[in-house]
Amino acid sequence: MTTATHQNKVDLLRFNTCGSVDDGKSTLIGRLLYDSKSLMEDQIEALERSADITGGGQINLANLTDGLRAEREQGITIDVAYRYFATPHRKFIIADTPGHVQYTRNMVTGASTANLSIILIDARQGVIEQSRRHAIIASLLRIPHLVVAINKMDLVDWKEERFLEIKDQFEEFLPRLDIKDVKFIPVSALKGDNIVTHSEHTPWYPGPTLLGHLETVHIASDWNLTNFRFPVQWVNRPNNPTDHSLHDFRGLSGQIAGGIVRVGQKVMVLPSGFSSTIKQIWTLDGAVEEAFSPQSVTLVLEHDLDISRGDVIVDAADLPGSSSDLHAKICWMNPRPLTPGKQYLLKHTTQTVKAAVTAIENRINISTLDKEEGITELAMNDLGEVRIKTAKALIFDGYATNRLTGSFILIEPGTNSTVAAGMLLPPTEAARPEYKDFAI
Amino acid sequence: MKCYHLDHLDYLETEAIHIMREVASEFERPAILFSGGKDSICLLRLAEKAFRPSDIPMPFLNVATGHEFHELLEFRDRRAKQLNAKLIVRTVDEALENGIAVQAPGQVSRNQLQIPVLLAAIEEFRFDACIGGARRDEEKARAKERFFSFRDSFGQWDPKNQRPEIWNLYNGRLNPGENMRVFPLSNWTEMDVWEYIKRENLEVPSIYFSHKRCCVRRGGQWVPDTELMPAKPNEEVKEMIVRVRTIGDIISTGCVESPASNCDDIIAEIAAARVTERGSRADDKVSEAAMEDRKKAGYF
Repeated sequence: MTTATHQNKVDLLRFNTCGSVDDGKSTLIGRLLYDSKSLMEDQIEALERSADITGGGQINLANLTDGLRAEREQGITIDVAYRYFATPHRKFIIADTPGHVQYTRNMVTGASTANLSIILIDARQGVIEQSRRHAIIASLLRIPHLVVAINKMDLVDWKEERFLEIKDQFEEFLPRLDIKDVKFIPVSALKGDNIVTHSEHTPWYPGPTLLGHLETVHIASDWNLTNFRFPVQWVNRPNNPTDHSLHDFRGLSGQIAGGIVRVGQKVMVLPSGFSSTIKQIWTLDGAVEEAFSPQSVTLVLEHDLDISRGDVIVDAADLPGSSSDLHAKICWMNPRPLTPGKQYLLKHTTQTVKAAVTAIENRINISTLDKEEGITELAMNDLGEVRIKTAKALIFDGYATNRLTGSFILIEPGTNSTVAAGMLLPPTEAARPEYKDFAI
Repeated sequence: MKCYHLDHLDYLETEAIHIMREVASEFERPAILFSGGKDSICLLRLAEKAFRPSDIPMPFLNVATGHEFHELLEFRDRRAKQLNAKLIVRTVDEALENGIAVQAPGQVSRNQLQIPVLLAAIEEFRFDACIGGARRDEEKARAKERFFSFRDSFGQWDPKNQRPEIWNLYNGRLNPGENMRVFPLSNWTEMDVWEYIKRENLEVPSIYFSHKRCCVRRGGQWVPDTELMPAKPNEEVKEMIVRVRTIGDIISTGCVESPASNCDDIIAEIAAARVTERGSRADDKVSEAAMEDRKKAGYF
């Protein structure tokens, strides 16, 4: 197998794995890297060098991802590590998160940008609490695709009954989750069965290998291509353009957070409510007729409106919500617990506003998905539903509709720490105001 | 039906453009680190994509070791001029002269000495954000690096206390004296960089391509034979057809035997390579945590 080259147009799949030391996660990643020839001689050499020093001569594939001295010394993984590999069909980014410490926080981070999540289940143990937590977080973060890799199949004699039994266990709680696409694959990461090549031990399994699935799973519709949303990031106004025809150029630069935009499209600028039309979609490679999420472009409108960073340009016929009273699920990420009433900064798309959490409605039990009420604080790694009041109305969608216009972070003033990740619930009717048409 | 789906380079590009615009919007005095190397060449193209038709709203900064390949310096100056950008150069030589940097006994390679020079330049110009071309695939300490890498007022990186980065929401808030290092190419691999250089038809310094050079065998690799560190009598010297994969201080930059004379050749060579890019950098081989230690001290 060779790595992807320029000859093929390949796309990019981001996935995350999460698990503890002994469920075979490191072995699985090592196997994917090794079998796709993404491990290099000097990396293997470096592994051997450190094995001689600390590992009693035993090569430890976890050392590949555990890059920091403290991690190697203490045998722990501190944080999310990113790994890269490629096949002729696709490029891959793995977000590898540890299973034991700060589980939720790190998994939320790794999952926030993932197309797919791999849950590893030890075939001897079946579905355990950690498998359920993993699936629940993947569902809350709305990762579009899930792979349940039932590992160590060699240790249960490759029995189909055991595979089906675990599949049933897992499917039992699937109806409570919001995951569209789940794939079950029997593997042995250690021996390489059904990782890159089909196993001779599983004639009863007709499906793809793990890598085969990763290479072919349909990800083109993972982005929102329905509701046009364009948070203005930077106002593009040349001071001394070399090209004099650009003297009056006033562009609005940003990344399309949802939908498709076309020249001639009627749009509205929020929160002001001014209407205009797309005059030009400017890129360095020339003007284009249309552009889509998540492309970064510069829009020119028909009218010269007062627009600045934090404003949002949307399709005039498809308006988002607007409110300063927000209802959201958050994951608390800071050692100091969340207490209602305290002021934070909230960053949403391209603006940062003052905010206060006014009430904690519940804590979500990530093993059962039950909502626990009567909660006074959220501690690190807790997930819960809260009410937030912001100093300025946000222009937003529900996270389920759009991951980019439906998400936010909370920042603690003073320390500037990022203390929470938030997912907005859909706007209520009251948060969908009528905009008067201010067209000039 | 038209396919509204980005290929991998488009995806990496839009991610990086988004980050560059966040920096331009959220920081008062940002700079782009531009060495003339292949990664920073990509950064400049991304800056053009992010900010044109306006000027790139930040100066370029280069911390020169004084041990550069002359092709690199010539290219650096020419490219900055083409882009109509302000180029600030601070050198290790100056810093040694005025005592900002001090050479350790026996230390010849100057990669380490760039740290105090960079920190002094950040202080001199009060830069609050420096955009660099580091990638996570280069080295395992870098695999843990954030897009927005927070540095305290001493320029230090604290890997255990990094801000979580969720979705595309980057927290760039700083207290006075602190600064941010920003790495838009975090998710790029060596292959992506060359594919992008090819796709965008970007010029790179000639030393990346195959050329004739006198090399000396040192520390298990071929390094250029220079007057800075002449070959000792017992060292093997050979004229070879080589290219460089990664550029650092000339005396510690490994040359690989290669006939690759254009981007396509290089892409094919990387696809078949069995050694990583930094496998040819002696400075990373000092210890298991060589890169981690340098980063904690303020390096990229």
